[in-house]
Amino acid sequence: MDVFLQTLVAGILKGGLYALIGIGMTLIMGVMGIINLAHGQLMMLAMYVTFVLNTMGVDPYLSLFVAMPLLFLLGIVIQKFLLNPLIKVETILPENQVLMTVGIGMVLTEIARFAFSSDYKYITTKYANQTFYFGNISFSMALTIAFGIALAFTAAMFWFLLKTDLGRSIRATAQDKDAATLMGVNTGRITVVTFGLGSALVAAAGCLLAPVYYIFPDLGGPFTAKAFIITILGGLGSTVGAIFGGVTLGLAESMGATYFGMEYEDIVGLAIFILVLLFLPGGFKRLTKV
Amino acid sequence: MKKNLYPLVLLAVLALLPLAVKSNYFLHLMILFLLWIVIGSSWNLLAGFTGQVSFGHAAFFGVGAYTAGLLFQHLQVSPWWGMALGGIVAMLIGLPFGAICFPLRGAYFALASLALGEGIRHVATIAERFTGGMMGIMIMPTFTSKVPYYYIALALAILSVLSIQVITRSKPGYYFVSIREDQDAAASLGINTTLYKNISLSISAFWTGMAGALYMNYMGFIDPHVVFSLHDYSVMAILVAIVGGVGTIYGPTVGAFIMVAFQEIFRTGFFGFFDYLAKATGSSTFTTLSGAVHQAHVLGFGILVIVVILYLPNGVVGDWEKIKRNVFRINPAG
Repeated sequence: MDVFLQTLVAGILKGGLYALIGIGMTLIMGVMGIINLAHGQLMMLAMYVTFVLNTMGVDPYLSLFVAMPLLFLLGIVIQKFLLNPLIKVETILPENQVLMTVGIGMVLTEIARFAFSSDYKYITTKYANQTFYFGNISFSMALTIAFGIALAFTAAMFWFLLKTDLGRSIRATAQDKDAATLMGVNTGRITVVTFGLGSALVAAAGCLLAPVYYIFPDLGGPFTAKAFIITILGGLGSTVGAIFGGVTLGLAESMGATYFGMEYEDIVGLAIFILVLLFLPGGFKRLTKV
Repeated sequence: MKKNLYPLVLLAVLALLPLAVKSNYFLHLMILFLLWIVIGSSWNLLAGFTGQVSFGHAAFFGVGAYTAGLLFQHLQVSPWWGMALGGIVAMLIGLPFGAICFPLRGAYFALASLALGEGIRHVATIAERFTGGMMGIMIMPTFTSKVPYYYIALALAILSVLSIQVITRSKPGYYFVSIREDQDAAASLGINTTLYKNISLSISAFWTGMAGALYMNYMGFIDPHVVFSLHDYSVMAILVAIVGGVGTIYGPTVGAFIMVAFQEIFRTGFFGFFDYLAKATGSSTFTTLSGAVHQAHVLGFGILVIVVILYLPNGVVGDWEKIKRNVFRINPAG
């Protein structure tokens, strides 16, 4: 029973971070209707920002305040100069924007490789290996802090989307672009802001993950895969769904690692992905209608 | 008439090439080029003509390669038989996959294909007893010379391009294009869109699997990270088609040539140009530059994708008129 509870706790803590990754992805998906296949690479970049700051003595959690604005700017640049110009271009494949994000992801990975080489980097902090106990269950200090901050960001994101003008414009654009344009929303600018926000959110996830994970240029790919599994689980474009999806994936991965073995961790995610496609093609969105 | 002439001339040149060129290195590049024609063209049939963008063609390529390798490993059957089977097995992988994904709309197929490629790679790595895991499979190549492989690759390339040309000019081919252009309209005209998407996927998977099996025969060694590689196969297949021209018959051929040349230029550091400069001038800047260029081919690919999508969204063949107009200053109107 303890093993089960321990796995459950580990899964939920990890799921909080995954939710943060997924919300960024699903926001972009909802507003632009494209999958951002450079999502994990953006996170990788944020982790390197954290790493560089850490060598200068900045705490990983404080580097949130640097990495998020930086990635926000990068997201704006990507959307404004690389993705938005494609909307006007006449092409055979509508997926050109998705392919563009693949190219962006490759460039980001390789730039990181040039700058930091392929070696695994670690961030050592006082609390990375600290744990505290609650009954028989151990909680990793770093993951618990990360979970708390992730929750705070998610809540802030919801407040932003539900209560502010900009947030409402984003939701309107996601629901019906033409209608939003007619209501006076500058949808072009909204897409730019959304990509920036999505990047900033995944940057936050990167900073939170950095103390408990190792950093290398190729980690972008697997995390992009996780991000899209989360969005499919939750339903494309659904923010609430992304939270469910993130926690489900976190749980499934840690259950898989505990009961099947570490090497099955990645397979579990893919298996869930196929099952959702088979039995619940709309994801959790279909069940909850949010 | 003139239009049909270029492919025939190209074909004659390709057929006679091994008589003129004896360099093994050059023949190796040509075989890679021919393999990429096959893979790029089959990706193009599915994505360019049917509109279903796949991010997982490495799955079909790898399954084809593993079919040939495993047949030899477990049953001692000549891997050449695997070539015939490789395509069919790849098709059998593709069919249930298509049956799951194609009824769904939107980005599902693209995402699911990405998951398929990655998933099969994990399975091939984990199922060590069956596939050899990370150790991979090694076989002795049948021929020591590269010429037989060259002709087999050439035959495969010709067959695949021809078959795709025939298909796209037949009724199913028009169905494919109608699905790409407007799925609702196609369905309302009575086209079974799921069925035809599946047919397109099967043909595409078949040729890609054949290419994979040939790769096994030719290279003699495979492991999961080589043949199921996302960047080296799935993304490269997309690049070949995009650079050459999506939705055109000869686009992937042009794209394959450009991409193989591009890769090789980077891999050899502009054919040793930087090494030569470094030696000639003795300056350490060129040595580091040469080292950087060696590693930069993926970066180069990434930049190439971005540039091509921004400026030549229909590829070299698709935007040929535009290139003629802007680069060569030829105005067809006057």
